[in-house]
Amino acid sequence: MSDFYSTRRSFLRQSALGIGPAALLSLLARDGSADGLGQGVISKPHFKPRVKRVIHLCMAGGPSHLETFDDKPTLREMHGKPMPESLTKGQQVAQLQGRALTCFAPQFDFASFGESGQRICSQFPHIGSVADDLCIIRSMYTDQINHDPAHTLFNTGSSQAGRPSMGSWLLYGLGQECDNLPGYVVLTSVGKGGQAQPIASRQWHSGFLPSRFQGVQFQATGAPVLYLNRPDGVSMQQQRRLVDTVNQLNRGFDDLVHDPEIATRIGQYEMAFRMQTSVPGLMEMKNESKETLQAYGTEGGDGTYASNCLLARRLLERGVRFVQLYHRAWDHHGGIKRSIEITAKEVDQATAALIKDLKQRGLYDDTLIVFGGEFGRTPMAQGTGRDHHIKGFSLVLGGGAVQGGKSYGTTDEFGYAAAENPVHVRDFHATLLHLFGIDHKRFSYKFQGLDFRLTGVEEAHVVKGVIA
Amino acid sequence: MRLNLAVAICLCFWATGVFGDAPVEFNRDIRPILSDKCFACHGPDEKTREADLRLDDRASALADLDGHRAIIEGKAEESELIRRIISTDESELMPPADHDKPLTKAEIDLLRKWINQGAQYQQHWSLTPLVRPGIPAKKAAKAVNPIDVFIQRKLKLEGFAPSATADPRTLVRRLSFDLTGLPPDPAVVAAFSADPSPEAYARLVDQLLSSPHYGERMTMYWLDLVRYADTLGYHGDQVQSVSPYRDYVINAFNSNKPFDEFTTEQLAGDLLPDATLSQKVASTYNRLNRASAEGGVQPKEYLAKYSADRVRTTGAVWLGSTIGCAECHDHKFDPFTTKDFYRFAAFFADIKEQGIVSGANHVAKLPVPSEAESQRLKELSVALQQAETEFARTTPELQADRSRWEQEVKNGTDRWTVWKPKQVRSEGGAKLKVLDDGSVLASGKNPAHDVYVLDFSDSELPADKPFALRLELLPDKSLPRQGPGRAGNGNLVLNGVEMTVNQSPVQWQKATASHSQASHSPEYVINGHKHGWAILPQIGKRQQLLLAGQVTKPKKDTTANKQDNQGACEMRLVQNYVNQHNLGRFRISFSTDIDISKPGVSASEQLQELVKLPVEKRSTEQQQQIDAAFREATPLLSKARAQLAQLRTENDQLQKRIVTTLATSTTKPRTMRVLPRGNWMDDSGDIVEPGVPHFLSQIKSPENARATRLDLARWLTSRDNPLVARTFVNRLWMLLYGQGLARSVDDLGSQGEMPTHPELLDWLASEFVESGWDIKHMIQLMVSSHAYQQSSALPAVLRERDPYNRLYARQSRWRLEAEMIRDNALSLSGLLNPKIGGVSVKPYQPAGYWAQLNFPKRTYQQDNGSQQYRRGLYTHWQRTFLHPSLLAFDAPAREECTAQRPRSNTPLQSLVLLNDPTFVESARVLATRVLQESQQTEFEARLNWFTQHTLMRAPRDDEKTLLKSLYEEDLKVYRKQQADAERVLSVGLAKPSPGELDPAELAAWTSVARAVLNLHETITRY
Repeated sequence: MSDFYSTRRSFLRQSALGIGPAALLSLLARDGSADGLGQGVISKPHFKPRVKRVIHLCMAGGPSHLETFDDKPTLREMHGKPMPESLTKGQQVAQLQGRALTCFAPQFDFASFGESGQRICSQFPHIGSVADDLCIIRSMYTDQINHDPAHTLFNTGSSQAGRPSMGSWLLYGLGQECDNLPGYVVLTSVGKGGQAQPIASRQWHSGFLPSRFQGVQFQATGAPVLYLNRPDGVSMQQQRRLVDTVNQLNRGFDDLVHDPEIATRIGQYEMAFRMQTSVPGLMEMKNESKETLQAYGTEGGDGTYASNCLLARRLLERGVRFVQLYHRAWDHHGGIKRSIEITAKEVDQATAALIKDLKQRGLYDDTLIVFGGEFGRTPMAQGTGRDHHIKGFSLVLGGGAVQGGKSYGTTDEFGYAAAENPVHVRDFHATLLHLFGIDHKRFSYKFQGLDFRLTGVEEAHVVKGVIA
Repeated sequence: MRLNLAVAICLCFWATGVFGDAPVEFNRDIRPILSDKCFACHGPDEKTREADLRLDDRASALADLDGHRAIIEGKAEESELIRRIISTDESELMPPADHDKPLTKAEIDLLRKWINQGAQYQQHWSLTPLVRPGIPAKKAAKAVNPIDVFIQRKLKLEGFAPSATADPRTLVRRLSFDLTGLPPDPAVVAAFSADPSPEAYARLVDQLLSSPHYGERMTMYWLDLVRYADTLGYHGDQVQSVSPYRDYVINAFNSNKPFDEFTTEQLAGDLLPDATLSQKVASTYNRLNRASAEGGVQPKEYLAKYSADRVRTTGAVWLGSTIGCAECHDHKFDPFTTKDFYRFAAFFADIKEQGIVSGANHVAKLPVPSEAESQRLKELSVALQQAETEFARTTPELQADRSRWEQEVKNGTDRWTVWKPKQVRSEGGAKLKVLDDGSVLASGKNPAHDVYVLDFSDSELPADKPFALRLELLPDKSLPRQGPGRAGNGNLVLNGVEMTVNQSPVQWQKATASHSQASHSPEYVINGHKHGWAILPQIGKRQQLLLAGQVTKPKKDTTANKQDNQGACEMRLVQNYVNQHNLGRFRISFSTDIDISKPGVSASEQLQELVKLPVEKRSTEQQQQIDAAFREATPLLSKARAQLAQLRTENDQLQKRIVTTLATSTTKPRTMRVLPRGNWMDDSGDIVEPGVPHFLSQIKSPENARATRLDLARWLTSRDNPLVARTFVNRLWMLLYGQGLARSVDDLGSQGEMPTHPELLDWLASEFVESGWDIKHMIQLMVSSHAYQQSSALPAVLRERDPYNRLYARQSRWRLEAEMIRDNALSLSGLLNPKIGGVSVKPYQPAGYWAQLNFPKRTYQQDNGSQQYRRGLYTHWQRTFLHPSLLAFDAPAREECTAQRPRSNTPLQSLVLLNDPTFVESARVLATRVLQESQQTEFEARLNWFTQHTLMRAPRDDEKTLLKSLYEEDLKVYRKQQADAERVLSVGLAKPSPGELDPAELAAWTSVARAVLNLHETITRY
């Protein structure tokens, strides 16, 4: 450790010429730290942090806001009539290119839920039962109309590849709390209500940040973490002995060459071994109570969304900072009614169960829950479905740091464009960082000579109206 | 806390700055401050410029602005700039607090000093003309070549001396990894250790530079720059074939193609006069961008994305510049304007491509046959011509047969018997109705999947003879897009026609169709392939499926109700592939004339109509159609037909086998406009023509001639362009010294770092140009210096004063690149397949890793045999899911240009080395080798063999103790549990070890080998 600090100190002295604090921060992080874990670059938060961890329930494919959280009676009345051209003229569409644009009524009734009376689609009664905990942003908008770039924008603040995802930014800034699991874990599930959305590993990549901030995807089949399983015919004890031997040999070598990377390497072998021993226990759902399993509606371990929700809770409990859960089933170009029925059943109960479970375990207050997709869907018909839509959609937040029972922002009466209090994806990012005590403008990383931020170069605003 | 400490240290250190008390120099001392802290609001971007003040340009900075002058030369205290940066009034203070980039006291002092010294500006260093600096006269003691003179001059200035030459073993290992990406042969290490003379070193350098693996090593890096990958990159991330480009790059480096040619061929190989195949292949560079095949893509938007991608990449690869930043706004720090960006983009506007890669099938694919394939193609071409002539001949016999055939075709329609079902039902709940013409129409519910069951009771089908069945699909107004299917687009998928006659199943032998959708062959109806038969895009028309088959083993039925069952026939039309792709309207017919399903006889209705026309009423074209159909049918030509078919099949198969690449082909240039704020929907911007950034020397093309990619390439490597040579040698330096002379190898612009040795960089860049862009020469020069050959050991004094080795008082050391870590393990074990070039390969990969891919869903098929053991360079590069062992060691996804990979140190890397079958198998094979090849059998002797063959040195004492203990413990375990030993020994495809070796011993040695392959030393270049 002392080597490490002296090295770093003298470097800082040497780089006194013209390197600003942001660059120094970057270099501090880039330089492989001695333990490879632990602290982030922000040792003193810019504001009082309100949350410690996030669970992002990513409804991949672009859920229709009109069949989930945005009740539009006018659109219902206008069913079958042409969409007003004043709204749609010159605007982007995806698969509806060159087709007539006709209003398509919401396929389900909405109801008022909870004391707050939040309007939620009747297909989501369980989510409705926690309506008073949820803050529904109904005025989201984004720039990207196709899945891949839209996901990339939602995760990294840019549709260009190569930028760090928000989970990586958080680990880089705040470090990680657990020493036997990755700080950023990704789970995925598929549904029966639509084609499975492809999701690129870019979505949880650390971009230009050091790769130890990358999200680690847990696999549905085989070893949950890639290469986690020991080779055939090697016992846990033998593996332990091997790791010990490697570490001791590395230490012996370090005595000769004095290479700070070796200390890091030794730390990483320890971490790797701890993962090999802790992950199997993490995945073992047998000790969950019957009530819990029933509440989520899963037996656990079957790779469904419900099972992943339960696994997510176990990860959050163990100190994982960012859990991202993709349900790849929301791209409903046709047959949206049936698809929503199916998909709602897959996610409704478990999402509500997760919220209740976090509350029960005292984790709710400092967890941020994010539920939504990369964009919304058109108020216009695409046959019996809806096309991609970027000008207005809904995003649901939960957790002690947000105003429960509140609806924030609106779309116009057709549910077409964000009208009141529009929230861009980067405003969401600014808000996310804010809740973690980070000022998005003061949190950057030097790459290709530029100070990159999660919120990019455009203006971004913390959405104060959603914060409790 | 760290930050404050850092700033405090900066301040106290200033007084003894590493560069001493030299006069202030704008590029070195001032530009970095102004660029980082001021240019965002007072720089090149007009749109964000505040108070009309521009500090990147001397005239503007000194100009009078409403009575203030930001800078008054020689008078710091009167300059508004100084007043504002030291102001205690927060409303006046610059930079503003919310900019979050306060100036340090040291920086303020520097600015003061600079203004007092006259506020001299310099052109940004990387843009200054390239002038070859003289080599400092005084020769340093350890100077082997001019590089050392530059390096040692500065070292001396700082009070340091170079380190001693590295020990021979370290040096050979370093050189071998740096130049070939592979470990040295132990024999080479031994030879050089015996004679480490400068001459022997020079010979070694020559040998390695002549090795074909040199080209591979350089290609690894080049592919990162040009973002080479085997898949599209967006959404479905489907496969594309571009591997000939990789082969081109390998060959280019191996043949030491001058860098200017290399540049020209990649950017404009297709435009060269009489372009060779290799030059065309090189132009694949222009099409290596990510592309999308997603259904809802708006072509115009994606063409804009691809275009911007090329500007970013070309700017980064050749200019070392972030011109890509000027897509939406003028560059904040460098003088690139948005107009520069779009003018640059216009060079590439002639590339033939699609906004949406329809069906994941690129346009303009260039076949790249091997020599043998070329030869065979030529032979086939001749043979085909002969066969075609033979097939087209006319004889009296043929004429006679023609009349016979025409008559048959005319009668053809009559040979089908329309077969009206007695009963129809849908298992999925659709409503089926039998119409008067015998066809069946579906309506009502359209279930996700369905089976239509048709009963025919009055069959006249022969129980013992083959028969033909015709399924006509008919359009109908009630169906979506007139059908004939019920899917929203009129399509359908038929997966099976299951038929029983008198309870005996019918076996189908053959299926043909009037039309079939790609990947939905009629054969799939009878062979159970899940894709079934489908008809896109030929919807709204009549189609037909013809089946030929026979009832299998007719039942010797002796039951009483024989009569009732006689001829009872059930047909099940199975539709289960895609949701709701069910049949809309169809009709069944049969014929006992099996020939009817042959081509020609089963002629389309159209042909039948033609044949019915009297000869004199037929047009030439119709005659030709009929003639073609006849020649396909007549028995007289069966031999010629077979010959032709066989040749055509071979030709087709060969054509399909020939690997293709996405070479550039040119088309009419798209109109290129400046897109305001990068918005592709905004057509209000000016139309621009191709051109290079306005502040650099311009292309001199004739009046009114549109500049081309060829002009661009020649401009890049012209004498006037100082950026390209600087960028490239700076990167070569990084490959050999661990960091660039200008550390930010991806940005030589205003925000990048100044070179530590600007004169050396310029000397190298000049040498590069003057040598005729000779890459091997530059590498030879760089590795021959003492600076390269010195030890990488880090003594305390250097650790304290130059931990990042900016002075080069020692060599640097770093973890090997992802591919090399793999190559090293395979090479040490002897498993490596050293073949150069070819298509990409698929090494072991954990199951399920591709589960997130779709359109289509894919299962990873690892390569078996020797392809399993190819170098990492050849790994199939799946952009959205790069091979996880490469990804773990920081290989980039190659979605964007990567000039420098990060070098991280993570637990996932440990998991790869511990558990990836590649490394376990390598360990196992190494264990076999030590047992077989070590002359002596005691542990210590074997260990010596082992470390000599892996680490190229004798084992240390602690290694002997620790590895022996590991060996003995594991040997005990495996002696007890023989089955576990067998399991360890079965990891990987390589054949099990010879039987005479003791499995327990082999397994225990595998543990030792795994330990060594996991060592930090093994994966590090010292």
